[in-house]
Amino acid sequence: MSTGEKYLWAAYLVVFAAVLLYVVLITLKVGRLERELASLAELARDREARSG
Amino acid sequence: MSTSLRNNGPALLSLTAAALLVAGLSLAIFWAPEDADQGISQKIFYVHVPVALTSYAAFFWAAWKALRLLWKGDERHDLESYTAVHMGVIFGVLTLVTGSIWAKVSWGQWWVWSERQLTLFLILFLFYSAYFMLRYSTDPGPRRSRTSAVYALFGVALIPVSFMAIRLAEGLIHPVVFKRDGPDMEGSMFLTFCVCLAAMLALAGALYLIELSGKRADASLRELRERLA
Repeated sequence: MSTGEKYLWAAYLVVFAAVLLYVVLITLKVGRLERELASLAELARDREARSG
Repeated sequence: MSTSLRNNGPALLSLTAAALLVAGLSLAIFWAPEDADQGISQKIFYVHVPVALTSYAAFFWAAWKALRLLWKGDERHDLESYTAVHMGVIFGVLTLVTGSIWAKVSWGQWWVWSERQLTLFLILFLFYSAYFMLRYSTDPGPRRSRTSAVYALFGVALIPVSFMAIRLAEGLIHPVVFKRDGPDMEGSMFLTFCVCLAAMLALAGALYLIELSGKRADASLRELRERLA
């Protein structure tokens, strides 16, 4: 592989890695939102049970 | 916009972006001819320039949303403007990194401080990076929305300066491809560039919609938590 080819692949890989990193971060964020939503739903259910 | 399109928008745009990225990169690698001067390394152009133009587009979108906020007073534009700045900065990082890789292979240096185009893009990038410091140094509310909007609007004035610097400056080593009489490249190269640009814009659009829905869900959950507390 020539020097030019190495740099070309490096540039393409940087963009691919950034997109991949973004997908990982957004997956972690969705997981956190799901957990928060579950805890709030539980809190709402507890309140309903106490008041009812 | 129908509810189904709004709900499926990010998925549809993501699929479009993926298809265009595969098409664009295939065209760049297998179809577009090698440049006579730079050889294969010139193909970094198909990633670097679309990424830079997408960054500019995201900053323009942020300024448009900021203007809508200041004009109409609708607070939902604040989150949209913030998300667009977020996208612009991500694509700005990619512009600087891919540009440095291209500079190293073409000029033998990672960065050339005498190049006004590079320095102005760096200033633009640092200006928008400081947006986050401003935003998080004030409490959430209308005051923060308005100061962030004014800042995003000021930043957009740097874009034409950054874009025109390459044409106004003399003795540059940074290439000028798009001239008054059209693009200075073969038809196959220009078509490949257009597909890559469409791919980057679709990718940025998809990431913007995903990020925006995440931020909206976060804000709704915060409000719900405060009400239940």
